[in-house]
Amino acid sequence: MLFRPNPSSGVPIYLQLMEQVKHAIETGALRPGEQLPGMRPLAEELVINPNTVAKAYRELEHEEVIELRHGAGAFVSGNARAKKLTDNLRAGQAIVAAAVERLHARGVTDEEIRRLFEAELAGLTRSGGHGG
Amino acid sequence: MADPFIIETADLRKRYDGVDALRGLSLQVPAGSIYGFLGRNGAGKTTTMKVLLGMARPTSGRARVFGLAADEQDASVEIRRRTSFVSDEKDLYNYMTVEAMIRFTAPFFPRWRVDLEQRYLRKFDLPPDRNVKALSRGMRTKLALLLALCRGAELLILDEPTSGLDPAMTEEVLQALVTHVAGEGMTVFFSSHQIVEVEQIADHVAIIDRGRAVVTGALDDLRERYRRIQLVFDNEAPAVAFRAPGVERVQRNGRVVTLLSSAGTKQILEEARALNPASVDVVPVTLKEIFLETIAVEN
Repeated sequence: MLFRPNPSSGVPIYLQLMEQVKHAIETGALRPGEQLPGMRPLAEELVINPNTVAKAYRELEHEEVIELRHGAGAFVSGNARAKKLTDNLRAGQAIVAAAVERLHARGVTDEEIRRLFEAELAGLTRSGGHGG
Repeated sequence: MADPFIIETADLRKRYDGVDALRGLSLQVPAGSIYGFLGRNGAGKTTTMKVLLGMARPTSGRARVFGLAADEQDASVEIRRRTSFVSDEKDLYNYMTVEAMIRFTAPFFPRWRVDLEQRYLRKFDLPPDRNVKALSRGMRTKLALLLALCRGAELLILDEPTSGLDPAMTEEVLQALVTHVAGEGMTVFFSSHQIVEVEQIADHVAIIDRGRAVVTGALDDLRERYRRIQLVFDNEAPAVAFRAPGVERVQRNGRVVTLLSSAGTKQILEEARALNPASVDVVPVTLKEIFLETIAVEN
């Protein structure tokens, strides 16, 4: 499994890890019921803080993306929530792809698109109304 | 009741020969954390460690380790019994072989871990028969780390553990720390001026500058809170002072205003919006940027 958080990116490592697990599920690299790497081995492999891995797994469990079975490890959820997540991501991907294509057609660069998304996610919708 | 913080200092001050090495340092190191103590050379990192270990007396303020007062003699003995310390100098006996150094050290510690000793000897690829004197800097560091990890201590204090190591050795040392914390549930407090390694393995950090902690907290929390906000105006940027509490720094340059915020981005954006900027950008801030900005402000 290829998880590669970038500690220098400014985005919390546990969030990057969560996104990468979700992405692995979305692409089918991880299937419902399959086991994820153990927290300790993963921390050792990535040379990141074990508490960070534990936090990512806890949050993923809270979002019902994975199940933590005591003593047995972490598994991709087999329930509807995980399925729905996959479906949502697929739908989302299509929407984003269409938006990116339209922006490209208008001559907006990748870097500008990235910043637009970042600004949007940071809650800038209401403040960007002055021609921004 | 158990102290939630393994290390706690409050308004710690230390004056050496007319120089203020610590000027009101306050730290809280949670149990089980890997705590990165980040600062430039001469910021007060080593002095702090010496005070925690009872090797230097604070001029004023409070320093507690395991809830014990670091400046009381009996308490300090107890602190050192439960703490492993690796100094920047890596105190080793040059005339001994690696094996002799380990055999010499082990009997001092009743909780010595032979299992870990064997594991790290192999993992670090240390030659048992070689004289300490003939070890490379990286090998010396790894031997000192082995001796520290095998003591069965609850707290590991490391002064610049990776200074002078190449990237491969650095990664090996960091991996050993991560593995050890995961397996043994201990607390690690390490100083560094290498931002990259701190952001890689630490879950809590303090940025210390000229004897004071200028930023402290959970690293993920800092990453989530800090933002750079750029406002671009159609004409000359208005010269207003931002009153929102999280504004750390404001730079005004022609039509552009750049803000560094440490909290409350939403509130700052509301204030910014009232100024009618042509565009607003918000981007995450890396630990390196936080470090450089906070140090710069102090200067």
